[in-house]
Amino acid sequence: MIELRNVSKTFTLHNQNSAVIEVINDVSLSVAAGECVALTGASGAGKSTLMRMIYGNYLTQAGQILIDGVDLVQAEPRDVIALRRETLGYVSQFLRVVPRVATLDVVAEPLRAVGGSAEDAQARAEELLAKLNIPQRLWSLSPTTFSGGEQQRVNIARGFAHLYPAMLLDEPTASLDAENREIVLSLIEEAKARGAAIIGIFHDEAARVRVCDREIDVSQFTPGIAA
Amino acid sequence: MTPLLSVQGVTKFYGHHIGCKNVGFDLYPGEVMGIVGESGSGKSTLLNCMAGHLTPDAGAVVFNTRSDGPRDTVTMSEPERRMLSRTDWAFVHQHARDGLRMGVSAGGNVGERLMAVGDRHYGDIRGKAADWLGRVEIDAGRIDDRPTTFSGGMQQRLQIARNLVTGPRLVFMDEPTGGLDVSVQARLLDLLRGLVRDMGLSAIIVTHDLAVVRLLADRLMVMKDGHVVEAGLTDQVLDDPQHAYSQLLVSSVLQV
Repeated sequence: MIELRNVSKTFTLHNQNSAVIEVINDVSLSVAAGECVALTGASGAGKSTLMRMIYGNYLTQAGQILIDGVDLVQAEPRDVIALRRETLGYVSQFLRVVPRVATLDVVAEPLRAVGGSAEDAQARAEELLAKLNIPQRLWSLSPTTFSGGEQQRVNIARGFAHLYPAMLLDEPTASLDAENREIVLSLIEEAKARGAAIIGIFHDEAARVRVCDREIDVSQFTPGIAA
Repeated sequence: MTPLLSVQGVTKFYGHHIGCKNVGFDLYPGEVMGIVGESGSGKSTLLNCMAGHLTPDAGAVVFNTRSDGPRDTVTMSEPERRMLSRTDWAFVHQHARDGLRMGVSAGGNVGERLMAVGDRHYGDIRGKAADWLGRVEIDAGRIDDRPTTFSGGMQQRLQIARNLVTGPRLVFMDEPTGGLDVSVQARLLDLLRGLVRDMGLSAIIVTHDLAVVRLLADRLMVMKDGHVVEAGLTDQVLDDPQHAYSQLLVSSVLQV
């Protein structure tokens, strides 16, 4: 489902003496449907960088990133947009929304984007928000004013609303209490059971051991800082 | 799929000075494209060349018309182009008063565009105008008031209603949220996003506000000195800018 072939990336900082930083060197990996793979390595090893490359918001300099057969590195913007709408979900650590939009609509939006009816999308959004213990009185409010943990759960609800065949999870259980952590882990297990291919970053070791089938240490692909 | 708009090699000089040079891209139905750059970078020149307000010195702006398929709007006749700008195109000006008739009531401003495309039944026109005022969250009781009595944010929303009432397929926007205070901007962004999704609009938005493009645009072009220096997915250009100027632009934004 997700396949990387000889993928490399450098950052060129034009405004800082044109420093070139090699961050990822020659990664090849593949994740099958129903499999969850953890990216590990110390802070700064390039876990988030690699994940962003797979989502396409970081540009990849060399290699291929195939998601459901589409090479994200070469694809036109509109193909990447379609891929993200239909196939590739991403739960980031931060919630980024248009201010003033109700939480319920924020969560329902990915379903509306793939053409679901307003009623079905709303029903699914309500189900997820209830499951993730977001009090019903908050549903009509914008999540911009919510606490960190609440925002993260809204983000997770949004990320799991559409049943993406491939998912990227960046620290989905950080800043959650034990009860909500358990709910998120069960969502991940359900996603695996329905055949989603998942790549995740988990600092929470117990969570990693429980949901992930394999671990990939990203440090092995990090060449260190070159001139 | 045929692009809704295909811009090819558009170039505009002001004497020896470059307005914009050799700009090309394809825009597909439902896509929102942002154009950012500092003042004087040529983004408004480009927008005006595409919308037919300026005649480019070279290049083509091919629009996929409903009746005849792709047509170059630069070389089509003036009446044809005017018809397009009343029907399938809309243009939202930075200053609402440039896009509104200030001496005519709010309802009249919206109804006028309907009459321009042949609507004649007064009751229907008033009904549609009232519906659109509601959609842009202007109180129905203000339908007979002139825009001079409206706040800046209301004027901007009225301008949007006037532009969208005829169901255009492509909207050009020049700094649509510029000059509005932050809470009004948020309201307008919410409105624009809903309209884009529900009506399947395509839009080209010129702005210098990177937060606005991140929320509204699927794709982004960065302009400097009349040239496009970088183009791509919005979050890719903002999160991992490649060109020196884009890196400067992104890193210059103050965090709030």
